[in-house]
Amino acid sequence: MVASFRVSFMGGFFKFLGRGTLSFLSYLGQLADLVREMVVAACCGMPRLNLTGRQIVAVGFGSQTVVIVTGAFTGAVFAAQSYFKFSDLGLATGVGPVVSIAMCRELGPVLTGLMVAGRVGASMAAEIGTMKVTEQIDALRSMGVHPVDYLVMPRAIGTMISMPLLVAESIGFGLLASHVIVVYFFGVPSAWYDDQVVANTELEDISIGMIKGFAFGWLIVLISCNQGLRAKNGAVGVGQATTNAVVQSSLAILITNLFLSFILNYFFPLGSGNY
Amino acid sequence: MSANVHSEFFIEVSGLQKRFGEQQVLRGVDLKIRRGETMVILGQSGEGKSVILKHLIGLMTPDSGSILVDGVETVGLSERQLRPIRKKVGILFQDGALFDSMTVAENVAFPLMEEGIRDLKVLLERVREVLSVVGLEEHMAKMPINISGGMRKRVALARAVVSHPQCILYDEPTAGLDPIVADSIDHLINRLEEQFQITSIVVTHDMKSMNTIADRVAILRDGKIYFLGTPDELNALEDESIQNFIHGRSHESLKANV
Repeated sequence: MVASFRVSFMGGFFKFLGRGTLSFLSYLGQLADLVREMVVAACCGMPRLNLTGRQIVAVGFGSQTVVIVTGAFTGAVFAAQSYFKFSDLGLATGVGPVVSIAMCRELGPVLTGLMVAGRVGASMAAEIGTMKVTEQIDALRSMGVHPVDYLVMPRAIGTMISMPLLVAESIGFGLLASHVIVVYFFGVPSAWYDDQVVANTELEDISIGMIKGFAFGWLIVLISCNQGLRAKNGAVGVGQATTNAVVQSSLAILITNLFLSFILNYFFPLGSGNY
Repeated sequence: MSANVHSEFFIEVSGLQKRFGEQQVLRGVDLKIRRGETMVILGQSGEGKSVILKHLIGLMTPDSGSILVDGVETVGLSERQLRPIRKKVGILFQDGALFDSMTVAENVAFPLMEEGIRDLKVLLERVREVLSVVGLEEHMAKMPINISGGMRKRVALARAVVSHPQCILYDEPTAGLDPIVADSIDHLINRLEEQFQITSIVVTHDMKSMNTIADRVAILRDGKIYFLGTPDELNALEDESIQNFIHGRSHESLKANV
């Protein structure tokens, strides 16, 4: 009986594993299909400058508040926590470089990515999903307009342009806020702090942040538009697509960030590069 | 992809089959629609009438069968390859499917702008012309959410006809409209057929509408075309189930009359 239970448990486990793998592969196939359509749209679709401009405003200008607040408060709190520990060790001069490197290479792009995934990814999935379940996408198709040309490409280009700039802005406000905290709250001389930040921040560090921002923008657009285009079952389906878009974009950003960090550190090594 | 312009039929459907999960909706539909005629498709709710319309314009892919539109086989064509076919065929969706981020005028102008017309004067003129036909000229600046369901349907009709396609598919064009507007829509369909020789395929449950507009009628039952003929032939048909359908007699009312 124990043996039969073990066999049935193992069978169930492998079935679950197999289904999960198949469903993950099929999901990757959906994303690859969307990428293929986007490449075709980029080559032969009609450029829609007006819609793209609107998306740059929606993604770039519309995300100002969340990006500035996130960048500034993350920089501020990170500077404060670093200062508490570093000043104990007599390393208060190290606060600036640590905050700068962390904001440029990790916190700026990742937190901006997560905030944009929540704000823009949700909106993309909900808008496109609602159009799908109310037959507006069928109406587009019936008029010979490809949904990827009309809905996905303007969003993709708008996000690709906006994301690196938003990341740079987040980094800037993070460093500004860290300056305010360390200089005005903890009394570290301004010139000393700024000099340490400038001396230890390379152009490559900012480039890494912006490259990551570009990559995260891709992930957000790809995942959110795919969810929207595949929405079904009315309002519930749109809600589900929106939730999936935010959750999957956020997870994809966090996981991709690890691999990107290793790859980009190979090209722009931090420290001695011996690891 | 060269069109067979000499063919008598604008649309030829043969052996069309479609299954959704366990449900076999279409079981081999054969239907030929002549150029310039108005074909009405009747059938009970859920029989797959709208599914046929969506197949005709490539919005759905059949499990098997063939669909020729203006002599071109559309089954198996990609979304981008279908573009020239879709330029010839307009569709009025059951719920209108207006773009809710655009005004009434922008919705109607959309197909024209996609054709490359950018001159505002020309656009406005064409939009005004077609909106006045459906009696909505004064609502041009409104958003779809701010007009009634019947008005939305009329805007959708205006959008379907504005670019003068060769064929228009109507999915319940008079459902939810008051009798006077429904009658004017019927006359509009007739006028389009007479003036521009537009081929029309109309899915409806409205028998008055059917008698006004139809050149021929097809009845869909059990996933196949059960009857094909003129409205007079349909009305004269001695088939109890069809007569009950035409006169809207349910089992309950039949029992009550016994």
